[in-house]
Amino acid sequence: MSTCPMTLETLQQFPEGKEILTCLQCGACASTCPYGEVMEYPPRRIIAMMRAGMLEKVFTSDSLLACVACYACMAKCPRGIRLTEVLLPLMKEQTLTHLPELPGELQRALQNTLRYGNPMGEPSRKRAAWVKTAGVPIRIFAEDRRPADALWFVECYTSYYPRGQDNSRATAKLFYRLGIDFAILGNEEKCAGECGRLTWEPGLFETLMDYNMAVFQKYQFQRVVTSCPHAHNAFKNRYPALGFNWALEHVTPFLARYVDQLKRLLSRKLPYTVTYHDSCCLGRQNEFYEAPRELLRAIPGMKLIEMVHNRVNAICCGGGGGGMWLDTYFKAKGYERLSERRVKEAVATGADVLAVSCPYEVSRFEDALKVLGYDKRMMVRDVTELLAEAMEE
Amino acid sequence: MHILVLLKMVPDVVEELEIAADGRALDLEYLRMILSESDDHALEQALLLKEKYGGKVTVLALDAPEVDDALFTAAAKGADRVMKIAGQDAGFTTRQAARILSLVIADEPGVMPVDLILTGVQAIDDLDGLVAPLVADDLNMPYLGIITGVALDVSAGTARAVKEYPAGVRGEFQIRLPAVLGIQAAEKPPRYVPVAKIRMAMKSIKIEGVEVPTLADGGWPLVNVLEMKRNEPAGHAEMLEGSAGEVSSRLCGILAERGLF
Repeated sequence: MSTCPMTLETLQQFPEGKEILTCLQCGACASTCPYGEVMEYPPRRIIAMMRAGMLEKVFTSDSLLACVACYACMAKCPRGIRLTEVLLPLMKEQTLTHLPELPGELQRALQNTLRYGNPMGEPSRKRAAWVKTAGVPIRIFAEDRRPADALWFVECYTSYYPRGQDNSRATAKLFYRLGIDFAILGNEEKCAGECGRLTWEPGLFETLMDYNMAVFQKYQFQRVVTSCPHAHNAFKNRYPALGFNWALEHVTPFLARYVDQLKRLLSRKLPYTVTYHDSCCLGRQNEFYEAPRELLRAIPGMKLIEMVHNRVNAICCGGGGGGMWLDTYFKAKGYERLSERRVKEAVATGADVLAVSCPYEVSRFEDALKVLGYDKRMMVRDVTELLAEAMEE
Repeated sequence: MHILVLLKMVPDVVEELEIAADGRALDLEYLRMILSESDDHALEQALLLKEKYGGKVTVLALDAPEVDDALFTAAAKGADRVMKIAGQDAGFTTRQAARILSLVIADEPGVMPVDLILTGVQAIDDLDGLVAPLVADDLNMPYLGIITGVALDVSAGTARAVKEYPAGVRGEFQIRLPAVLGIQAAEKPPRYVPVAKIRMAMKSIKIEGVEVPTLADGGWPLVNVLEMKRNEPAGHAEMLEGSAGEVSSRLCGILAERGLF
């Protein structure tokens, strides 16, 4: 195997790059792509252009801005071509360099993430401000350096966004009641950077990786548990190259390991009908389909029903790969918001609650429900929020 | 065409500002510095002019925390030379900063000749926008401020600059080069530069250090800060309570009282 860095030029020296050449041009990728019908170059055409040596035409267009890194093309490829992991990030990197002007919202998110460690441009010194409102003790490593079993990597939306903080408060309560020995990095934490990588910005991603790895080295812990599937993705697939070798779990599957203990704590009946949205990074990328459903079924009084598109077929919320900061751009282009497409399906099930386990989804789906006028009929809750609610006396 | 851009770092108001114990300055311990927004526009305008007319862009900044990041970013965006006036241990008044910049521009080998000096028209700690006109005066160059567009006539040695006035009025001026322009906004928003390029610049570009020149008058400030404090809110919003009908009739009453109906 080649030791040179993987670029569009060297791609074919790598096994995963060679694999792309085995494409059948069946078009399963393009037809499963949520924005396939609006893209000038959907995945199948990108591969055809690559074979023809005409990739430049693809990355000098803005077609790839519509890639929301949902892993659907990769999951459906009959040849197992790892598009979302290999070709698409390299293509997006080139798109970023060649675009005459980056959509303003995305540019600000990237600049904010570099400077403040979060895409919203909130002060880095207020990252742990939510801790005071948690109602249970939360240890911050910088203040108490004793080793902990779990380092809880809270992440951005769960630290700053008010509805994201609800998720953090719920998670803290659950950890506390389960007796988990945990600590957080507080204001020392910065975005893990996964959307940086899938959003065209390998340099931003590397800067954040270097930073977070240096902070990790300061403390002792056995495992990293994170609230964000995107951070999980980064830690699992990219950080090991820099020596990340701790056990790693996302909060939802981590809690599912404690389901028997949790059942004893879930004393309050929640008479909701719930439908669960599989996040792309947890679902298609890691196949954590059953853990969140097992947790929801553990809640007394709750009925779980499925949307037409579930598990591997779930429709992306539209937030991945930078989509989180391209809503205005998509709107200007006249594209349907994927979060609206998804909530229409959720509402059609007749459920009262749309359950999620990715911090991006709460804001996206709550906004979509409001836009479509469904906000009285359905509410969005993270699985942790529902568990914490069922734990209240 | 040689364009010189003057950059300065200002307190980042995203992070909380604290007033120092002596009540006369910001507490540096809690301060983060960021490139002044209109200076970022001045840099963008310079890069746009370079792309259109050729030539080179030199960037000059006074030393400040995080200024190196701003200079490497400028280099990654396309500045040809980045320079930092290092060695000062305390902040300068606007007059001192302008004098130091003028002396470096005039005396540092390889800076002159310049055709155009661009800098932000204002900064959050220089709302009067004095730096650019003071530099222009020191260097005996013409000055125009609140500029939102620049075109050059290289052979004639002149520039045309668009200046903004209130009520949506724009003025177009011809100005003899070399000149100093205070930029309000570049013709395009400041560009994005991939972080990989900044990291590359950090490895390959050298920031040229320039010693602070000694000021002939000893640099004594003519203006001293007496006190710095937070604004105290003068009044509070009045919350109307009651049923929708009560609130709306009370609201109509208030609007009528104030003559807004």
